[in-house]
Amino acid sequence: MSRLYVARDPRVAARSLDGEMMIMSGRDSTLFTLNKTATILWQSADGTTPLDEIVDRKICTDFEVERSVALHDAEALARDLAAHEILQVSDHPIPAQTSGEAR
Amino acid sequence: MNSAIESLLSQLAPELETLSLVIEIGGVPVRVNTSDSEFLRILGNRYAGFIRASERVEIEFDVEIVQPGSADPDADVQVTQRAGRWRLTRGDFQAEWEPSSGRGWVRQSANPYSIDSVLRIVHTLVLARRNGFLLHSASAIRNGKAFLFAGVSGAGKTTISRLAPADVTLLTDEISYISRRGDGYIAFGTPFAGELAKVGENVSAPIEALYLLAQGPENRMEAVPSGEAVRSLLANILFFAEEEDFVRDAFHAAFDFVSRIPVLRLTFVPDSRVWELIG
Repeated sequence: MSRLYVARDPRVAARSLDGEMMIMSGRDSTLFTLNKTATILWQSADGTTPLDEIVDRKICTDFEVERSVALHDAEALARDLAAHEILQVSDHPIPAQTSGEAR
Repeated sequence: MNSAIESLLSQLAPELETLSLVIEIGGVPVRVNTSDSEFLRILGNRYAGFIRASERVEIEFDVEIVQPGSADPDADVQVTQRAGRWRLTRGDFQAEWEPSSGRGWVRQSANPYSIDSVLRIVHTLVLARRNGFLLHSASAIRNGKAFLFAGVSGAGKTTISRLAPADVTLLTDEISYISRRGDGYIAFGTPFAGELAKVGENVSAPIEALYLLAQGPENRMEAVPSGEAVRSLLANILFFAEEEDFVRDAFHAAFDFVSRIPVLRLTFVPDSRVWELIG
């Protein structure tokens, strides 16, 4: 089974305020508010850490959830965010870009 | 030079000078040049209070007046950038502006509405690079502090402007001009009027608070959570350019504003008592 890599899309703008992560698509100005799991995924999406490692290190440690369920949900979430052009998803590591501009 | 020609030119010079005026909004002087004296008179009336004698300008437009066409002035505006030049088009006007030189041109009929839209768009582009923005809101100064009143159409921007007591200076009932200054923000008066059809005063003050308006059975003020404040602010910021970096500028400007200026929900009964809560 191949591993999945995720990276922040370079065309979005992201800011966190009072613990709430908000992201705006540079493509169509859509505004997204991420929940806690999506925020963890977004912050960990460096293009080089496989998704299963992110789940092991950041999600299973913070939430009482079975690994297989967490991995399934994280992959579905990553693909959903990719469909909105917030994340990039690939079977290979994603080269570093000036991605997901955040301040 | 022939003295007769010199004499003729000196006679013409004052007349040529009158075919130009400077409209200063938000401290940004914009010179408008036109060969149409009637159009200049229209502008002089429309922007009275915002006309400056300034020689120094940041932006300069040559306006070519053409015969009115059958184009729809309510058609969507298009704002695109190519090779360092902005192109602005709508049914009733075409314009270009080059930020590096500050120069541009406008082609429109002799009406104040087309140039008004061009000015609004250009100011949003200027402000976006300065961490500021135009906001769909009323604004006013009381006791040396500026207050903004934002809300959807019908929320009460015009009503609260109309109810303002005599010690309040109205900046606008429609489009507020917000500029970053140090750690805070300044609100400037604008000539961009709404239903009140009254041009704002050309003055400015540090912004004290942004109120999100709602009309209700009693006067009440409550803090708005940061996330909701950002969403509400973004929903009311005017931006016409769809370029990704301009969208990002607007996004970050909204966050910076909310992190510095209190955002409150103001529910009010539409009578003058609401101003007892403000200032």
